[in-house]
Amino acid sequence: MAASVTRKVKKSGADKVFDVILYVCSVLIFLLVLYPLYFVVIASFSDPSAVAGGQVWLLPKGFTLDGYEEILRHSEIWIGYRNTIFYTLLGTAVGMVVNIFAAYALSRKDLVGRKFFMMLFIITMFFNGGLIPTFLTIKDFHLYNTWAVMIVPFSVSTYNIIVARTFFENNIPEELNDAARIDGCGNLHYFFKIVLPLSKAILAVIGLWTAVGMWNSYFNALIYLKDADKYPLQLILRNILITSNMQMSFGSGEAMQIALRLSSLMRYSVIIVSTLPIMCFYPFVQKYFNQGVMIGAVKG
Amino acid sequence: MKRLKGRDENQAGLWLRIRRNWGLYLMLLPALVLLLCFTYRPMYGVLIAFKEYKASNGILGSAWADPWFKYFKKFFDSFQFGTTIRNTLVITLYGLLVFPVPVILALGINQMRDGRYRKVFQTVTYMPHFISTVVIVGLITLLLSPGSGVFGAICNLLGFEAPNLMGSAGAFKHLYVWTDVWQHAGWDSIIYIAALSGVDPSLYEAATVDGATNLQKIRHVDIPMLLPTAVIMLIMRMGNLMSLGFEKVYLMQNDLNLSSSEVISTYVYKIGVINTQYSYSAAINLFSTIVNFVLLILVNKISKRLSENSLW
Repeated sequence: MAASVTRKVKKSGADKVFDVILYVCSVLIFLLVLYPLYFVVIASFSDPSAVAGGQVWLLPKGFTLDGYEEILRHSEIWIGYRNTIFYTLLGTAVGMVVNIFAAYALSRKDLVGRKFFMMLFIITMFFNGGLIPTFLTIKDFHLYNTWAVMIVPFSVSTYNIIVARTFFENNIPEELNDAARIDGCGNLHYFFKIVLPLSKAILAVIGLWTAVGMWNSYFNALIYLKDADKYPLQLILRNILITSNMQMSFGSGEAMQIALRLSSLMRYSVIIVSTLPIMCFYPFVQKYFNQGVMIGAVKG
Repeated sequence: MKRLKGRDENQAGLWLRIRRNWGLYLMLLPALVLLLCFTYRPMYGVLIAFKEYKASNGILGSAWADPWFKYFKKFFDSFQFGTTIRNTLVITLYGLLVFPVPVILALGINQMRDGRYRKVFQTVTYMPHFISTVVIVGLITLLLSPGSGVFGAICNLLGFEAPNLMGSAGAFKHLYVWTDVWQHAGWDSIIYIAALSGVDPSLYEAATVDGATNLQKIRHVDIPMLLPTAVIMLIMRMGNLMSLGFEKVYLMQNDLNLSSSEVISTYVYKIGVINTQYSYSAAINLFSTIVNFVLLILVNKISKRLSENSLW
């Protein structure tokens, strides 16, 4: 990308130097961020020995789809995929309902006890029972090793509530509610018929944040799930990418070599397969993510 | 407060105001119930840190530890005490040192005049933020593997043997912090870009008239504008000094780097979930929460005195 500076104003020498440095640095950062990701893409299509030998830099070498074929044979990846989609869809729905509802209620200045309720939420940003007391609570509620534990108990997000509340406070004029009330419109009716249609932006923000968080997290699954057939994708990935216990320690030397190379190839491919949905999705919804941070920033 | 003041012409009692808004309470209910069950109830469960917790006896039924601070003392006396605290502090403080990176990034992005270039640059630098921790750590492991990664290949090209960075205790903190910068600096800059977009354009115009260079505008207009946001962000980070996130550290941990990668949260997990020493684990956890809270108050107070920026 050419560093075209469109400003027509006469520039001082210092500013010209500044611009050059700015664009050189930004291009470097650009490459630094993008190249590792690009490398994974080309490595996933390349002969693993060429990757190991340092011959893959700009384009795939010894083009192969073996890594992707290997993924097709791993049924646990697809089970994980299915579970993650299920958890993400349902979890996002629950999270939206819980947090948006609470945020709207807390945004209303005529809610008696508003300050107290807000305190209840904010305290949880600084205090929590900690891992073990929470773990024991989940067991007491018989939620351990159930799919519900991935969706319900941890769906409240104080941060999301604060962001959504700020949005409602700043974007829904109070007069609207006064008018609606005079017309005999109850709170719930008012919320669904008038507030929600005006709040598409914040719904998108909270929904996307929740969905991405759900898709990417592994902690709750690690702690609260026992059966592999309930594992979300990220936990399966962890086994493949990080704890991958080399199960092919037997067999002849040559067979083992092939298996080893295949496993490293498959790891590149599995990164692509698991990250692709978010990466495809992301550029289109990026503006909503930005908006969310900015709404949140208003309150600090 | 018996009588309601203010412009609300409905001077009826509190009860009427509550009843009129029953719909709002209904909306608040789900979040409140979940909060009470899964956040506040565990807070009461912290009691087990002072007890000899047995699942069969429940929280109240279990006997008190003797003395009550038995498990805290056990932690203070254990050889893991120094290690976990030191590792946690080293990594979080190191993380604070790179705190200016997103600020600088935001200042740079704010100077980009070409709208399309700026947009592409932002899209790309935000992108890694959306990749999961598992994949990021998998990526690091793959790329840095001395035998088959790109790092090994570069080292070979330069003519020396690649060190096993993932298995090196000394490299752990650098790897942890800089990969975090790689992943999140772009995203973290958004909040500063937002603050900069609030700068009154007439300030820049005035500066231009006065013959200020870009660098001088950054120094005298942009940076003062960012300071309050930066201070708030810093306070928030300080309040989490002891609660270094579990997810990434745990994934990056292996037997070779354990001496510098065992932090409080991973230790709590191992003692509690893996070794099922519930009371001991809860005590360690509680200790770090308290330290965090004290730090938060302290930093907030200092900041209030120095710069009038504070959380409350």
